[in-house]
Amino acid sequence: MSLELAVLDWFFEPLQFAFMQRSLAVAIMVGIICSVVGSYLMVQRLALLGDAISHSVLPGLAIAFLLGVNIFVGAFIAGVISTVIIGWIHTRSPIKEDAAMGIVFSAFFALGITLITTIQKDNKIDLNHFLFGNILGVTVGDVRDTAIIAALVLMAVFLLYKELLFYSFDPLGAQAGGLPTGLLNAGLMVLIALTVVASMKVVGVILVLSLLIAPGATAYLLVPRLHQVMLLGAAIGVLSSVSGMYLSYYVNLPSGPAIVMVVSALFALSFLFSPRHGVLVGPRRGRPWQKLRTLLPSKGS
Amino acid sequence: MATSPKIIVDHLSVNYRDVQALRNVNLTVRPGKMVGIFGPNGAGKSTLIKAMLGLMPVVTGRVTYGDDTLAHQLDRVAYVPQRSQIDWTFPATVWDVVMMGRVKKTGWFNRFSASSRQLATAALERVGMLEFRDRPIGALSGGQQQRVFLARALAQEAEIFCFDEPFVGVDQKTETVLFNIFRELAQAGKIVMVINHDLGESITNFDQLILLNKELIAAGPRDWVLTRDNMTRAYGGHVGFFGHVA
Ligand SMILES: Nc1ncnc2c1ncn2[C@@H]1O[C@H](COP(=O)(O)OP(=O)(O)OP(=O)(O)O)[C@@H](O)[C@H]1O
Ligand SMILES: [Mg+2]
Repeated sequence: MSLELAVLDWFFEPLQFAFMQRSLAVAIMVGIICSVVGSYLMVQRLALLGDAISHSVLPGLAIAFLLGVNIFVGAFIAGVISTVIIGWIHTRSPIKEDAAMGIVFSAFFALGITLITTIQKDNKIDLNHFLFGNILGVTVGDVRDTAIIAALVLMAVFLLYKELLFYSFDPLGAQAGGLPTGLLNAGLMVLIALTVVASMKVVGVILVLSLLIAPGATAYLLVPRLHQVMLLGAAIGVLSSVSGMYLSYYVNLPSGPAIVMVVSALFALSFLFSPRHGVLVGPRRGRPWQKLRTLLPSKGS
Repeated sequence: MATSPKIIVDHLSVNYRDVQALRNVNLTVRPGKMVGIFGPNGAGKSTLIKAMLGLMPVVTGRVTYGDDTLAHQLDRVAYVPQRSQIDWTFPATVWDVVMMGRVKKTGWFNRFSASSRQLATAALERVGMLEFRDRPIGALSGGQQQRVFLARALAQEAEIFCFDEPFVGVDQKTETVLFNIFRELAQAGKIVMVINHDLGESITNFDQLILLNKELIAAGPRDWVLTRDNMTRAYGGHVGFFGHVA
């Protein structure tokens, strides 16, 4: 067999299984929306908020399961409620936003774990699947739900792009120019919650932060405009989730962590070798050493 | 421009939680004049502008422009925040920032029109930054960044312009560019309010002054506000400037 054929064979072999087709489809969609929506978190320095929302979806998911409602819906509602409570604590008391996030998300997370461990004894529901993802278990219904969420999220970002750009760059200037910034912020929270919910099956709530932040951060070191960060980030997200799936298939790794390791490796490459900001190459080569020198105490002092 | 409306600030008080930032401010800002807002650090200058525009809640008071509350007419306002409020590492180019000035007028779901792009180009030209249109904003000097924000304000085609400390970190050349454009805006009948705290020579560029220190010390024509007594009340005993004081 020629090399080309071997490569093609390697590529197509997993695709003959319906479960791999389904999980790859979901992984690709999630890779795209996480990178796009996560770019907003990165530029607004709200990475921790992504973490907070993702940990907060658990109790909603459990309650929805108990009530027999779609767990995506329950998870989404819990994610949104957590952002409302965080905002409420932050504006109504001198508590800083990051402290509010820490308090709220660990409380929600604890409640979620308690609920799920209680109900998983008598039900077919596994806490680990939500914590670390269970992409090989995606159903046709999951593919459909993910596609609907992905379409909604991408449509919203496309239609509101110029408003969200202004708002995320200069919230005061945008508000003073007459944009409804409260609404834009709420919309952004909804997009993040939707994205987290769609990603649960792929990487789980603990590792989803990586898919939200790393692709955008990798792209940010390479290109200068937000829409370019999003497009390149989406490509990086897709590359990571697909390679992670193949790694998981051939080397028998857990798929969520495999995806996260790929995207982290891509970030490391960009960090070291980006022509614009790379530590080892690029215009400011040598800067780490100069920086180090300035950090050292000078002799006279 | 006697027909253009003026801004009337009526009994405005603002708190940050339990700290009072402004107490019972009453003043009128008229179009066609260059208005400077002065006062020491923490005097409430930024707070005054934010409260006037409804960007933060007020305890009491009302700010009107024409027949309605100013906060209801923000599409007539261009506001450039203090430099420190902006994240200069944000992934945007000069062009992206200037086009932000066209977002509100363009409207939801619409794409920027050709005339919006022309307005943005003209605004960049006017501040002398057209050749930098594709630069990331982080790769500009402080003065260049400030000029880009002025271009964004110009592209907004506003009636009311508010600048919070536009001269910080700016060289003489940019300062002259900014003052010239502020003057042109005022002469075109706009309302121009500039927060500043340089009490040097440049103060003579302003027609009207608002002097604050937690409360309104004085507001009105420059020479009328710049008295020794007012300056002492605003800045305490240690103000090194009296050259232009009447
Ligand atoms: N977010 C905030 N929370 C609590 N207090 C604040 C906040 N922002 C400002 N203050 C307080 O309100 C007062 C007025 O602040 P403001 O920023 O309006 O002053 P300023 O005149 O613009 O000062 P500067 O020249 O330093 O810009 C200050 O005493 C300040 O400590
Ligand atoms: Mg200020």
